[in-house]
Amino acid sequence: MSDRRQFDVLVVGGGPAGIAAACCAAEAALRVAIADDNPALGGQIWRGEHSSPSSKEAAFWYQRVKDLRVEHLAGTRVFAQVDSRTLAAETDTSVSELSFRSLILATGARERFLPFPGWTLPNVMGAGGLQALAKSGWNVRGRKVVVAGTGPLLLAVAAHLREYGADVRLIAEQASRRQLLAFSLSLWRQPSKLNDALSLRRQLLGVPYLPSCWPIAAAGKHKLESVSVRRGAKTWSVPCDYLACGFHLVPNTELAALLGCVVENGKVRVDELQQTTMPDVYCAGEPTGIGGLELSLVEGQIAGHAAAGRLDPARRLFAKRDKMRRFAAALERAFVLRPELQELPRPETLVCRCEDVSLSRLREHSSWRAAKLLTRCGMGPCQGRICGPALEFLLDWKPESVRPPVFPVRVESLIATAVRTDSETMHNSALRS
Amino acid sequence: MRDAVQMKVNGVTVRVPRGSTVAAAVLLAGRSGFRRSVSGELRGPLCGMGICFECRVAVDGQPHMRSCQMLCREGMEVTLSE
Repeated sequence: MSDRRQFDVLVVGGGPAGIAAACCAAEAALRVAIADDNPALGGQIWRGEHSSPSSKEAAFWYQRVKDLRVEHLAGTRVFAQVDSRTLAAETDTSVSELSFRSLILATGARERFLPFPGWTLPNVMGAGGLQALAKSGWNVRGRKVVVAGTGPLLLAVAAHLREYGADVRLIAEQASRRQLLAFSLSLWRQPSKLNDALSLRRQLLGVPYLPSCWPIAAAGKHKLESVSVRRGAKTWSVPCDYLACGFHLVPNTELAALLGCVVENGKVRVDELQQTTMPDVYCAGEPTGIGGLELSLVEGQIAGHAAAGRLDPARRLFAKRDKMRRFAAALERAFVLRPELQELPRPETLVCRCEDVSLSRLREHSSWRAAKLLTRCGMGPCQGRICGPALEFLLDWKPESVRPPVFPVRVESLIATAVRTDSETMHNSALRS
Repeated sequence: MRDAVQMKVNGVTVRVPRGSTVAAAVLLAGRSGFRRSVSGELRGPLCGMGICFECRVAVDGQPHMRSCQMLCREGMEVTLSE
């Protein structure tokens, strides 16, 4: 039997957007819960900081969410919809049905990974991936690390790893110096972000930060031993223990899509109150477009107020959100992927890591649907979350429709919850595809 | 370690700071390959945040647990399938 819980407002995702949303909804004396997959609140950016926040901002929100008695459902994965006002979720030991009057999706983002020879070797990780491990008890002191890919996360990760004692050998940024300069200029209008950027550069004194430079191969016998990088016509090899490599971020839109919310260009469509195209379903933070911490916090607050029916405090935040959205637009322009990266994987390079499907096997097919049926690409436990964004970039294959469960779950969980997999849901998902 | 948890990774005892994830404990035990892929390749953590499922291990006999999202507990027994 599943456990049934009832809330006024349910927030899915416990990062900054989810915390801000939950707090603003809870201020209206509503019963609010945050369901989050992670062991503690804070999402990835504040991972490991719940007991010792590193910034005033994080400390403020952790205190607020505690004071407002927002219920925290930790280690809880939402995997399906039971009906329009109920979601099914499981933990490692239990299954529950979470009902709500309003729902706020704050499901965050993940790193975009691009396949290149050797990218499946142990110790080749995401940039945020290695940072998450360092925040979770793994001691990187003295380890040689190459940070590569694209996006502002690279500098933040490199600075953080260095602070933890890692020996950061190189930061390889695929964006050009001209793009980076244009991005830096856009920060003049946002002094706090400019300060962040300057202090990161200070922390990274002595570490080469090369624009127009990217990894072309990782090598090693049982684990990573070196990474080859290219810059212009020059290629060279850098010995290292870890490659922390991510190509900016992609919004997590799977749950929104499952609920029938319109997703356009990889982003959940929202109105000015952060409401999706489904009534009483709101979305805040990275799923509406990658915009960073401040935009996530302000979108979360707007969604929280709106979900509680308090429109005036929500509207007072619109101007701030507009300003932050300009930063998001600058981000998107600055870290666009260069076409040369499409040439990184060789025919034998694996693209789908769950089912070990190579690029050459995928090239035999014309669409993801055909490839899925014949190669099982995207049908493993990550459900295409890793290979999907890569295939969109490499072969221009668009994501398939989303079907329940959105996360692999125990069979008992499916049985215990009245998850609809009837003809109506199937029909709806077919229509959306 | 003042506030440590003692546990086992493939029978080897490791002590990790309280609050560490199982993935950190496996790395601390000196293992970078966590599992074998369907074609037999060694794999370790990639995303570090519960999305990619590359860091799956068995914990106290329960298979396919994402080690990056699970906190270490005293006496926990982790088994790598590689």
